[in-house]
Amino acid sequence: MKNLFKEFTKGLLKENPIFVLVLGMCPTLAVTTSAENGLGMGVAATVVLLGSNIVISMLRKLIPDKVRIPAYITVIAGFVTVVELLLKAYLPSLDKSLGIFIPLIVVNCIILARAEMFASKNGIVSSIADALGMGLGFTLALFIIGSVREILGAGKIFGFDITGGAIQPATIFILPAGGFLVLGILMALFNKVTKKKSPAVTDCASCPLQCGVVKEVSE
Amino acid sequence: MRQIIFVIMGTILVENFVLQKFLGVCPFLGVSKKMDSAVGMSGAVVFVMTLASAVTWAVNEYLLVPNELTFLQTIAFILVVAALVQFVEIILKRFIKPLYKSLGIYLPLITTNCAVLGVALLNIQRSYGFGMSVLYGFSAGLSFTVALILFSGIRERLETADVPEAFKGLPIALISAAFLSLAFMGFQGLFAF
Repeated sequence: MKNLFKEFTKGLLKENPIFVLVLGMCPTLAVTTSAENGLGMGVAATVVLLGSNIVISMLRKLIPDKVRIPAYITVIAGFVTVVELLLKAYLPSLDKSLGIFIPLIVVNCIILARAEMFASKNGIVSSIADALGMGLGFTLALFIIGSVREILGAGKIFGFDITGGAIQPATIFILPAGGFLVLGILMALFNKVTKKKSPAVTDCASCPLQCGVVKEVSE
Repeated sequence: MRQIIFVIMGTILVENFVLQKFLGVCPFLGVSKKMDSAVGMSGAVVFVMTLASAVTWAVNEYLLVPNELTFLQTIAFILVVAALVQFVEIILKRFIKPLYKSLGIYLPLITTNCAVLGVALLNIQRSYGFGMSVLYGFSAGLSFTVALILFSGIRERLETADVPEAFKGLPIALISAAFLSLAFMGFQGLFAF
């Protein structure tokens, strides 16, 4: 039980997928123009992560080692399609604002990385705990980035005006440049608070397909 | 001819894939530390994106649409891209040794590059024809190249810069990317296509 709790909480701070592992940067920067979008993306990715972790953990003894990556991608793509269709049917406005980044959850490093590093080696229950923790950490980070950008860039949060026009919002924060800027500053703050040096590996850290090769290249 | 130049310049400057659309940010941050690897990676991306645009367009038009399977687009495209990358790797290794030597190590990275899947999906979303899809794939690859090479020049200089401890590494790189993106915003409204 204690172990399960540890699997769950590590995703929140110690191994936060965005601030520490630096995985899945594309959706992180692209959809965080508002708190709502950040939250929506986070939940969508969490659902996919949960599904893929469960299935891959169940199939871990059946999938041959050689074709494991294509097999994982197929499982992930299946869940992404499910989420995509559900969003289209029930939350069309969110689907519209996330747009192309919903199908792109397939190539989100976090999901493949958890499949490769965790679900393929652990049982179902701990894989569920891992998926929930990582998903929650991802959602939390997206929500924070989205809120900061929405407050500074539009003076609103969840669409409610909170500054009352007292401060002129700086539109730059909801434009692409603001995404890079806010993430950079938040990451530095995170380092300062946790007294940690910034991630040593600046490539797609533990993405199974990428890291081995990127490390080779950079050395 | 004019139209072709408009598409290429528009994609590179106005809606740059990395700096304005946030597609392919992972390799943008990961492979930009050295100029050499940036150039190699860019070459591989242009190559695969152009090919992938052509192949996914054909798969969609002749396989998915006639059989009313368009809801399988995501699965079909990612598998096509993955297979294509493997295939290109094998072909290059077998027949074009020098090109394999310069691009080979970057090819496996491309499967999970969201810019490749992104361009395939955008082509369908905007209902481009075959020629336009290939052209768009090619110019999207070029826009990635421009961003990556510019950024790796900045990263090389950042190595020696004296930045506060907490900002070292990725945070300062992200902030530099913000200014690069800001600079590209200046091209907004230059072309419309």
